[in-house]
Amino acid sequence: MSGLAVSATINGDEVEYLCQAEETLLDVLRNRLGLTGAKEGCGTGDCGACSVVLDGKLVCSCLVLGAEVQGATVETIEGMAKGDTLHPLQTKFLEHAALQCGICTPGFLMAAKALLDANPDPTEEEIRFGLAGNLCRCTGYDKIVRAVQAAALEINGG
Amino acid sequence: MRFDATYQDRTYKSVGTRPVRPDGVDKVTGRARYGADFNMPGQLVGRILRSPHAHARIGSIDTARAEALKGVKAVVTADDLPDLSNGDQAHHDLLDNCMARSTAFYDGHAVAAVAAVDARTARQALKLIEVSYEVLPHVVDVDEAMLPSAPVLHDTIFTDGVDPRPTTSSNVAARSEFGHGDVDAGLAAADVIVERSFKTEQTHQGYIEPHACVASVNSDGTAELWVCTQGHFVYRQKCADLLGMDVSKLRVTSSEIGGGFGGKTHVWMEPVALALSRKAGRPVKLVMSREEVFRASGPTSATSIDVIIGARHDGTITAASAELRYSCGPYAELWAELGAMTSFACYDLQNVKTVGYEVLVNRPKTAAYRAPSAPMAAFAVESVVDELAQKLGMDPIAFRIKNAAREGTRSSYGPVYGPIGIRPTLDAAQAHPHMHAPLGPNKGRGMACGFWFNFGGQTCTDLNVNADGTVTLAVGTVDVGGSRASLSLVAAEELGIPYEHVRAVVADTATLGYNDMTDGSRGTFSSSMATISASRNAIEVMRSRAAMMWDIPVEEVIWEDGHAKAIGASYGNLAPLSVREIAEASGKTGGPIAGHSEMVADGAGVSFATHICDVEVDPETGSTRILRYTVIQDAGKAVHPDYVEGQYQGGAAQGIGWALNEEYVYGADGRLQNPGFLDYRIPVCSDLPMIDTQILEIPNPSHPYGVRGVGETSIVPPLAAIANAVSNAVGVRMTHIPMSPPRILAALDARTKG
Repeated sequence: MSGLAVSATINGDEVEYLCQAEETLLDVLRNRLGLTGAKEGCGTGDCGACSVVLDGKLVCSCLVLGAEVQGATVETIEGMAKGDTLHPLQTKFLEHAALQCGICTPGFLMAAKALLDANPDPTEEEIRFGLAGNLCRCTGYDKIVRAVQAAALEINGG
Repeated sequence: MRFDATYQDRTYKSVGTRPVRPDGVDKVTGRARYGADFNMPGQLVGRILRSPHAHARIGSIDTARAEALKGVKAVVTADDLPDLSNGDQAHHDLLDNCMARSTAFYDGHAVAAVAAVDARTARQALKLIEVSYEVLPHVVDVDEAMLPSAPVLHDTIFTDGVDPRPTTSSNVAARSEFGHGDVDAGLAAADVIVERSFKTEQTHQGYIEPHACVASVNSDGTAELWVCTQGHFVYRQKCADLLGMDVSKLRVTSSEIGGGFGGKTHVWMEPVALALSRKAGRPVKLVMSREEVFRASGPTSATSIDVIIGARHDGTITAASAELRYSCGPYAELWAELGAMTSFACYDLQNVKTVGYEVLVNRPKTAAYRAPSAPMAAFAVESVVDELAQKLGMDPIAFRIKNAAREGTRSSYGPVYGPIGIRPTLDAAQAHPHMHAPLGPNKGRGMACGFWFNFGGQTCTDLNVNADGTVTLAVGTVDVGGSRASLSLVAAEELGIPYEHVRAVVADTATLGYNDMTDGSRGTFSSSMATISASRNAIEVMRSRAAMMWDIPVEEVIWEDGHAKAIGASYGNLAPLSVREIAEASGKTGGPIAGHSEMVADGAGVSFATHICDVEVDPETGSTRILRYTVIQDAGKAVHPDYVEGQYQGGAAQGIGWALNEEYVYGADGRLQNPGFLDYRIPVCSDLPMIDTQILEIPNPSHPYGVRGVGETSIVPPLAAIANAVSNAVGVRMTHIPMSPPRILAALDARTKG
């Protein structure tokens, strides 16, 4: 069985791995690199639970092949906090009870961070459409939207 | 000391606050471990082969080529899961659903499984298994399945609950009936009668985490199972039963659970994972794909319901009756019975009758889905109630208030109510600004009420006081949405210590006594009652230790504000002892300090809600947009209000999806056409507005703090509230859920032509 050799930068660390041609980036993260924060909710790019940032773009890691990541930079939920310091989005998700079961939370946080990085002061509608690629079945999204609004306020020094 | 579970009014320090949950940081950093996030040494990858046919007799299964494939370590079929049911039909049906025996009863029914060294090999192995099927006629529609001409799933089913017993087998597994009074006489006394028929389509709970487990069976017959479940003790019992194991030899650990909503109260593939591990002699990880989740787990019943209600001009309902037909999948269950029980539970009725029919169809086994069976019944009944109010020229809330159940009402399903919250939710709705906001063209407002029983059940909790005075709380009810925070608040409240000094964990089946599942909205209700009991037992221990430390009689030690205090003038110079001081000395006063509790948590108070909804319907596309949504529900006592609101909002959102979009679509071949989130579309963030909530607190007299379950009732009113809103917006009574654009356009078309 031959694997494909891949080098990439993941959460700032240089990583090398072997993977099969059919393995997705999500498979690689979860099964080969032990980064299980990204979840497989659908495997078809419909739920966003596997969201990561690939070379600065938010992607569903289930729709990217592990071999495609050669030379790329990947950010996952495991790299969001800086040491002991949570990102304001993580803090606000906790303070606003924006999670119930929490399975969608890593994907929402990655998507919300990508949204705020691109648009630091989004309207409620921009938040709702910015997060429309992520499914949550527990919360009805109300507390998630409020948490993102609060995080934006904090990041902007409000 | 006998535990006193009756309500006592009190001022709270911890309960009712909104601290961060103890499992929170793990969940925002990706460290929390869910079903698929766990691995064992030497683990194999499992995969299941599923029937492509809706109904087929299984001739033979040839696994030789798959077994010969390099890297395949085990292949199992029904032969590896022998039938140990010994006449127990429910046991047989559960086993048959996990692995088809002689017949595949639905598209997606498991017929074989493999365990291999990696996913690629497992996938290849599935393709090498040869199954010969004899395709049989199938039926997926609940009404068609009841016709005498329908293909019969089981020739052993003769409708239960009918006297005399039918002489021919059918797909109607059982009939149930509830009510009191004389409906015919009541209808004769009515001035206005509304009679209508309704249909609701099958939906899935739609939890984002697919079913996942890791099973490890050892050569000595002991086994471990890591699994996402709403009830690991129940999974242990079911798996041990199905596999013929001693309960004590199977240790089940519940992972973090990525949503369940009732769908993770049934075993689906866990027994298969154990059978694979038993045969392979290695741990096996089995994870469903999303397609498998849709085809082979979950869904709720599809229903067909007739309702007739009569009332006098003054608004008094004189009679109400419903016939409810619920699909069960291939196995007999009690889904229509639950619908029949809940139909009219909101009202005080002299003459009421409901009849339920359990209908077998070639669809996946129906599973519980949040207040199972109640939303569909409420949709039908609350639609007719709304129409009746309109015909009487009455305000829909005033009409409901006039007929609302109250303390002392004999419910339509039998019991007499204690203090209940239906009237307060209606009063709050009537006073709510939402009811009085103006509406524009193509917009409509609807409201509806909902009821759920709430469950209690078997519960066991341990509270250990650590040497530094902090507390570890071990509970056995799986935390599906923040209950560890709520239960920590309860322990802190009882002991009089800070919330941060309590750490709640969900214990595995080997380390705590049996607990029923987290279902029936019982998690926080029952485990908080057990936590209060365990805390009070620990306080008794700490009082006696303090007495020992002071060398005074224990009767002269009280517990107050987290301290043991000596009462009596002669003890004036004894400084109160904190939990920490008592705990630090415990090695010299009798050893570790703990409080335990084992109970059947009786007295789960029934729950009521009223929802208000505004919609806008686009007459060109038939698309409906939710403009505003308000949930008003009785919580008894909200232990952690954030998570109570979260339950209200989440149930409403699921109901919105059910009302407008979600449905199982079957082809003429009986195969599911939309087993994925692209075509089975649940609400996304941009579909919804903020969901306003109002928590009412009408104490449950059977809980020390007055707590009622809050998890399920919130999904009961939305179907009806939204249907009433859409009906008001378009001027046509909508009778088929979901109200997808094609159905709304058809209704508008019929109105134009009509």
